[in-house]
Amino acid sequence: MNRARRFGTVIGLVVLCAILWILTPYFLTVSNLLNIAEQTSINAIVAVGMTFVILSGGIDLSVGSIVALAGVVLGLALRDGQPLALALALTLAAGLVCGLVNGLLVSLGGLPPFIVTLGTMSIARGAALLVTEGRPISGFAASFRVLATGRVGFVPAPVIATAVVYLAAHVALAGTTFGRYVYAIGGNEEATRLSGVAVRFHKTMIYGVSGLMSAIAAVILTARLNSAQPIAGMMYELDAIAATVIGGTSLMGGDGTLAGTLVGALIMGVLRNGLNLLGVSSFLQQIVIGGVIVVAVLLDTVLKRNRM
Amino acid sequence: MTIAPPPLEMRGIRKAFPGVVALDGVDLTLHAGEVHMLLGENGAGKSTLMKILSGAYAKDAGEILIDGARVEIGGPRGALARGIRVIYQELNLVPQLSAAENIFLGALPTRAGLSGLVDRRALHERTARLLADLGMTIDPRVRVDRLGLAQRQMVEIAKALAPADERSAAARVLVMDEPTSALTRREVEQLFALIARLAARGVAIVYITHRMDEVFRIGQRVTVLRDGRRVASRPLGEVTVAELVRLMANRDLSDHFPKVRAPLGPELLRLEHVSRAGALADVSLSLHAGEVLGIAGLLGAGRTELARVIAGADRCDEGRVIVGGSPVRFRGPADAIARGIGLLPEDRKAEGLVAGLTMVRNIALPHGRRLSKAGFLPPARETALATPIGDELRIKATPTQPVRLLSGGNQQKVVLGKWLAGDVRVFVFDEPTRGIDVGSKVEIYNLMNRLTARGAGIVMISSELPELLGMSDRIVVMHRGRIQAQLDAAEATEERVLSAALGLAGGIGEKNFNGDKDTKAGFAGG
Repeated sequence: MNRARRFGTVIGLVVLCAILWILTPYFLTVSNLLNIAEQTSINAIVAVGMTFVILSGGIDLSVGSIVALAGVVLGLALRDGQPLALALALTLAAGLVCGLVNGLLVSLGGLPPFIVTLGTMSIARGAALLVTEGRPISGFAASFRVLATGRVGFVPAPVIATAVVYLAAHVALAGTTFGRYVYAIGGNEEATRLSGVAVRFHKTMIYGVSGLMSAIAAVILTARLNSAQPIAGMMYELDAIAATVIGGTSLMGGDGTLAGTLVGALIMGVLRNGLNLLGVSSFLQQIVIGGVIVVAVLLDTVLKRNRM
Repeated sequence: MTIAPPPLEMRGIRKAFPGVVALDGVDLTLHAGEVHMLLGENGAGKSTLMKILSGAYAKDAGEILIDGARVEIGGPRGALARGIRVIYQELNLVPQLSAAENIFLGALPTRAGLSGLVDRRALHERTARLLADLGMTIDPRVRVDRLGLAQRQMVEIAKALAPADERSAAARVLVMDEPTSALTRREVEQLFALIARLAARGVAIVYITHRMDEVFRIGQRVTVLRDGRRVASRPLGEVTVAELVRLMANRDLSDHFPKVRAPLGPELLRLEHVSRAGALADVSLSLHAGEVLGIAGLLGAGRTELARVIAGADRCDEGRVIVGGSPVRFRGPADAIARGIGLLPEDRKAEGLVAGLTMVRNIALPHGRRLSKAGFLPPARETALATPIGDELRIKATPTQPVRLLSGGNQQKVVLGKWLAGDVRVFVFDEPTRGIDVGSKVEIYNLMNRLTARGAGIVMISSELPELLGMSDRIVVMHRGRIQAQLDAAEATEERVLSAALGLAGGIGEKNFNGDKDTKAGFAGG
């Protein structure tokens, strides 16, 4: 039944592409498609973490702020002349720590994830603004910027990064005990605990994964903008939730796939790109994207109901 | 004079789901004022048939006649409009609203001229009249979450029978699905009296149960389903219990409790003066290899709390737990599992199963660490672990089917299967056969025999007295968190267990309780 749903989302993506191709032939050119893939990469990576969290029955509203904070850490490290490897390690560590704090508050504190991450969303954003005094950190070496601008063959580096992230996340979800527990905790936390699974540990790690994904996204974003901005990543949480939900993951937890999330992120990316190509105003774009989210979830619900 | 056609007739009802034919041409005729018992193992098609009647499912073929005229139910509203009411096992009340508000939820009386404002006085008067009419003593104003389970059920029945509003006809057919499973003996009597009054008014009642005594006590006719087919439909005067069981199971189950005694081995588990605030007080007991230790007690006696402490789900405040001779301190279920203790929880849906995962994933869940290498867990290893267990327990499930689609008996076997793979030697079974069919029950009893033969020990909590007496080597009776009595199987009788459970240390036997299976209902919960 997962297959049927994923199939539905893929059909949606194909239909969308076909419509845009008819409306504007430029849409279906290699360069534009690569462009879409590149633009989608950041949301797609953040949505990986979101998928883990939502599969486990939680929610993470702090991802956008963590993107900003991790980006600022990266910017400061690079400005201070730290070696690239160290700067990257610090960035990833910052994201991971933010996520683990979320996880600890949820699992040990027993607080609702919505409230915890609403709080850390504000805290991380505030911290990013505080250390930069609200100013962006700009102008990095080309050796760093290549992470966003570089190409392997004709494929942009962010697309490679996204592929690697999805591959690794897929292996984690489908081939490890951790992945099993993500689904089990989301499906029935108490039954999982009574089965001897260290539920609190794994929940903490799940939010850690989400923080880590935000940090990876922060690296790509900072390299692409050639600037670390404390106001970066605004509303990323909503895009990531949208991609996850369009991709068929249940907000109740326990049911969903990463492949779905990737398709969900692509639908959003294709839509934005297509509307831009058609010259649709950004105000109208918001309405269209909002409508697509609702329709996608509606279709999903109807499909599910019919399968009963 | 013509004979009035039956108020409800279902003919040749067929319903298929992907991969399984749930109903294959089932007939069911209901007469006015009759209590019609519907029997069948889990998965026989009872629920599907009733869901078609209530409009929750659409039938694939067949016809439904009301007063002799063919109708299409069309959906839940259509069923309501035709006077069909179903009371499911899981109650459907809004806990935060009052009894009166729940009963009249779809048709709250409003003040004249002000259609948005609820007329509370009229609401409460109407509810009081209805409840009195039904012989119920419930305050219409009381919030449902403050009512006991039995009273909630009464509210649900009152709601089903509430006078017609513009959308629904008066109740003519009432379906009840195992209504006594959570009721005490006295509440069961109240319910039966109510059923008799309703039947006397001409309501046709379909009563689904697994309890044979109830079948003969209140039913006039019985229909038995098996594997989606009707195998019999007869007046109850013409059948015996043994016949019905044979019809349901298609095999002779003359011996419901195939107890095989195993030689006793070393002590596996000992509790010394275990206490937990508000739940357990000074509980001491021991369990040996090869032994089934039955735990009896009334609702709230501390039986489930005891199970949870043994299985590491809850901590004890005082006392010692000794496993295999050495004292242990469990910080969580994982510690207990590491010491070979497995829990079959009371509520399999809430605590035993991850409903959306497959049988294999559920059975393998406690064994992830053992099966994995450096955190990696190839699905094939889970399948290799779980498939033989599924075969041994004869679990009917396809590899991709989530366990929520399985019947109750198969679900329970999946929960059991979780503990068959590892080195579990102490099994804690909390209500192992609740709500499952006769065939699955016997399979679980046989499994218990195999486990004790292998040198395992079983702590079995049960509200079914015959089951406790039939399967235990010893019985511990709990009362208000304490152990009231310990009885050997040889000396235990229903009266002795019950009087201890009621806190009567002297063990005064009450004749009423003897052999009357209503007492089982009195044991429910906990």
